[in-house]
Amino acid sequence: MTRETMSGDQILAAGETRPAMTEEALLEINNLKTHFHLQEGIVRAVDGVTFSVRRGRTLGIIGESGCGKSVTAHSILRLVPSPPGNIVDGEILLHRRDGEQSGSRLEEHTDLAGLDARGAEIRAIRGGEISMVFQEPMTSFGPMHTIGNQIMESILLHQADVERAEARELAIENLRRVGIPRPAQIVDAYPHQLSGGMRQRAMIAMALSCSPRLLIADEPTTALDVTIQAQILELMTALQEEFGMAIIFITHNLGVIAEVADEVAVMYLGRIVEQADVIELFDNAQHPYTQGLLNSIPHIDDDKLHRLRAIEGVVPDPYQIPSGCAFSDRCPSFMPGTCDRAMPGLAETARGHLVRCFLFSDAEES
Amino acid sequence: MADGSDLLLEVNDLKMHFPIQKGVLRRTTGYVKAVDGVSLSIKKGETLGLVGESGCGKTTTGRCIVRVYQPTAGEIIYHDEGESVHIDRLDRQELKVFRRNMQMIFQDPFSSLNPRMTVLELVGEPLLAHGIARGQELEDRVAEMVAAVGLRVEHLPRYPHSFSGGQRQRIGIARALVQGPRLVVCDEPVSALDVSVQSQVVNLLQDLQKDLDLTYLFVAHDMSVVRQISNRIAVMYVGKLVEVAESEELLRNPKHPYSETLLSAVPRPNPHHAMQRLNLEGEPADPANAPSGCVFHPRCRYMEDVCTTDVPELTELRPGHHVACHFADQLELQGIAYVESGQS
Repeated sequence: MTRETMSGDQILAAGETRPAMTEEALLEINNLKTHFHLQEGIVRAVDGVTFSVRRGRTLGIIGESGCGKSVTAHSILRLVPSPPGNIVDGEILLHRRDGEQSGSRLEEHTDLAGLDARGAEIRAIRGGEISMVFQEPMTSFGPMHTIGNQIMESILLHQADVERAEARELAIENLRRVGIPRPAQIVDAYPHQLSGGMRQRAMIAMALSCSPRLLIADEPTTALDVTIQAQILELMTALQEEFGMAIIFITHNLGVIAEVADEVAVMYLGRIVEQADVIELFDNAQHPYTQGLLNSIPHIDDDKLHRLRAIEGVVPDPYQIPSGCAFSDRCPSFMPGTCDRAMPGLAETARGHLVRCFLFSDAEES
Repeated sequence: MADGSDLLLEVNDLKMHFPIQKGVLRRTTGYVKAVDGVSLSIKKGETLGLVGESGCGKTTTGRCIVRVYQPTAGEIIYHDEGESVHIDRLDRQELKVFRRNMQMIFQDPFSSLNPRMTVLELVGEPLLAHGIARGQELEDRVAEMVAAVGLRVEHLPRYPHSFSGGQRQRIGIARALVQGPRLVVCDEPVSALDVSVQSQVVNLLQDLQKDLDLTYLFVAHDMSVVRQISNRIAVMYVGKLVEVAESEELLRNPKHPYSETLLSAVPRPNPHHAMQRLNLEGEPADPANAPSGCVFHPRCRYMEDVCTTDVPELTELRPGHHVACHFADQLELQGIAYVESGQS
């Protein structure tokens, strides 16, 4: 469905059920660079990332540890600890339509990268317009307060006109929405009294309590069992259909990304190396790293069992990134004299399909 | 063959009950029945995959087999060259000697290696502790083992912190295999690793199995990885085995409703895959307070009255396919529909 709606404006014009405005960008990131200045040197955790998230859609970000996917997410909400981390370049534009403004000033968009990370403006956005679900719900809830109090805190903070009693009702309603049994009792439970799956549901209830327009989910199901993971993925998909929020879904699991994402960005060492809509990416992966990832995982429904084709080597140390293309030292299609000379630019090989590789384009990163 | 002469390990009615203690007097108020009557066998040279969700007792089963825990009840019999050793009855001294035959590979390569020891010390320690080798001979054997797992001799004087997760897991594997064990319990050996490194370690484990004639009990929660490496798969739920079969048979024709749900929950890296997911309501039962009858009945879509009262035994439905379900021969369950392989 994604593909048709993307390439077929006429279909939308002919009165498709999905309104045309869902194609509008909600969040636009341009050339974001988040660097960490450490004693050993500078870690360029995010180094020139550009993407946009459309309203009501899910952008999946996939990559291995150290690729910068979480730092990208934390940069959006300005949660990167500073020092040592700094956004050294780029913009993070949150677009608003009329009447979506929480504050008093009226403007088309806010550059989150330009805000004071401790200021009132970003704090109004965090948990309000943009909220986040983390991997480990045990560490993201405070252990000393009940689930209900923590959800109420978020509601009271962002919705000035809501009374305490009403906030409690809203918290219970939110817990019910995410499928927690006996919400009127669970609202008074402490995080440690819930199982991992229930805590993650409660975390989602808290994240959705102020009707965010963007939900950032950072490996939300990685710590969960597969049957619970399936429940949470289905819950998130259902909630997105109901409330229409956009989702940035960060994971290292290709199976999960295939299921939830409309569009996928593959990251490697701080940069996006390939980006396309989900079907195009899985059917027609072009970057050697994406192909390597797809070949290296076992497929449970393959009729023949064959040896896994592993990607050679390991993700390099952040202080020893190879010159030229960062993947060049592990790449099976490495071209000496080309790939080790310059960083390839992100070039469009088909409509909406971006690849950063000299096999497809001579473009260099400026 | 049929009388079990090709078996390396036999486990009969294994139980591991951990006491729950309360109050200042540490009175025992109940038991967590982590493993509650598990029987399985592993043939020489094969890999038995043991899958299940967290808390199902799969890790405890593995630990009982290598006697990290003293099981509450049951037999663990190791067959080798005509002799049978009752692992569950070995005393401390005997166990120490016997451990050369069975080793464990752990999940977390970050916490399972002593950060103050070099690779040489880590891999050489078991040889030294058992008085197998010392001095130059020890160094040679360590160097050989380290090479076999894909590390280099230059790595020997280094400490664990200077290695990546995948390399650390290789060190852990070298340490487990250096004494030449026959049986290796792999406890989630790849689940903490990056996607691209997982496949390297899976391939390495398969190569080592062939080269060193190893037998694996492969404990994991990821069905795709387990299928890749296992000849047979045992599915565990709340302390009990619910199904055991050849891998392909289990995937295509699961006969236990829990196996069916587990298979349908595996996320497929294929956006065309139409989701026909069987949603499993609720959460796994508490092994300290397991439900009556079949442990799976509160979550089972095919539940009948008998399931709430009678415990189904693990029985052989057809040759090599064991199921613990009252309705195993009646249910039409959905397995994995294979698609033509995308690779050559």
